[in-house]
Amino acid sequence: MVAIIDYGVGNLFSLKSSFAAIGQEAVVTADAEKLKQADRLILPGVGAFRDAAEKLHRSGMDTALKDEVSRGKPLLGICLGMQMLFERSYEYGEYEGLGLLKGEIRPIAERIPAGLKIPQMGWNSLRILRESPLLKYTREGEYVYFVHSYSAVNCDESLLAVTNYGTGLTACVGKENIYGCQFHPEKSSEVGLRILKAFCEVQS
Amino acid sequence: MITKRIIPCLDVKDGRVVKGVNFQRLGDVASPVELAKYYSDNGADELVFYDITASAEGRALFTDILTETARTVFIPLTVGGGINTTDDFDRVLKCGADKVSVNSGAIRDPSLVGKAAKLYGDQCVVLSVDVKRVDGVFRIFAKGGRENTGMEAIEWIRRCVGEGAGEVVVNSMDTDGVKQGFDLELLGQVCDAVQVPVIASGGAGKIGDFITLFKTLPGVDAGLAASIFHFGEVRISDLKEEMKKNGIPARI
Repeated sequence: MVAIIDYGVGNLFSLKSSFAAIGQEAVVTADAEKLKQADRLILPGVGAFRDAAEKLHRSGMDTALKDEVSRGKPLLGICLGMQMLFERSYEYGEYEGLGLLKGEIRPIAERIPAGLKIPQMGWNSLRILRESPLLKYTREGEYVYFVHSYSAVNCDESLLAVTNYGTGLTACVGKENIYGCQFHPEKSSEVGLRILKAFCEVQS
Repeated sequence: MITKRIIPCLDVKDGRVVKGVNFQRLGDVASPVELAKYYSDNGADELVFYDITASAEGRALFTDILTETARTVFIPLTVGGGINTTDDFDRVLKCGADKVSVNSGAIRDPSLVGKAAKLYGDQCVVLSVDVKRVDGVFRIFAKGGRENTGMEAIEWIRRCVGEGAGEVVVNSMDTDGVKQGFDLELLGQVCDAVQVPVIASGGAGKIGDFITLFKTLPGVDAGLAASIFHFGEVRISDLKEEMKKNGIPARI
């Protein structure tokens, strides 16, 4: 069973539906007990980093999540959920993340050429840098759907794939049992469903 | 490279797609769920559902359809029509919409865009405008294009983007239905005025119209159309191939 962590950020309907579409049981939950029972965890999220980090902390799910991950349970962070896996974010200030992966979150405006729109919104292709169980069904150059104004930097240790938006931006990360996608696999058609399927096959 | 998006728009009334749909291979398809699935399988980058129902029963049917579509189609869904309050945002987002498009609702209550952007994020709020030239000036029309608000179009768009609209759908009433190409003059002015993604609507009659659009105005991010896709006059797969041949980034 997949537990989709509900801490009051964003819309989890599509995410839950996408697991149903690949034949995986998934629950949307705000209950730490359910995290223990689950085989694997999803940390979703849209919106602002500070707000999300606060809500995750207030719900107590941050501790529960870290406990499970330290026992080797696979975790996939999506979009803002991926950003929270890192040490800190510089979105409107400086805020601490979960610190599960090395790296930080910076505005893409600092790195992309002038004239490109922010957020990056739309379909962009993946350049795969490292083989990973998460990307075992993904081919070089396949398109996924992005909506973001910030991205992970200084994360070479876990970097799996980038996307080209004037410059290479972090698209996929993974280290041991911890994974993240900056894009939305649940909105990336069949390519995204294959990534979720691969995550469901990751061994804990 | 980020691709230019191709977006079919489905007008839904009482649970059925209107404007008629007649695919050669599918026959007469009026089920929004089936049509959405068909488009998703055939290369649509995103879908817009427009609720043109007036009755409460129709509205309930619409949310059922939305839920069913979001359960089976995994590309971004934008919902518009009858969005007047943040409660309306809530209602359609809960059914699986990713973005919500406001038009007359924002004209009636200009604070709606800002309120919704704070609650759901800029990326969720799409400003949709119906624009028509009146004595040589671009004006905003309300209520499905029936009422001239007198507002100057570029000014209104700039204001709403300032409040937090994360994307703009620009429908030109002058070119809509004429099938002689998009309104490049209007769209060019919008691209110059705002930094958020711009979606062109109204006027597409053939593949070449999309090619001209993206080649002339690199600031346009997406092309939206309804009947030419529904009637099979333009197949999205053919359109994407032609875009690629012309060096326009497309997801194939």
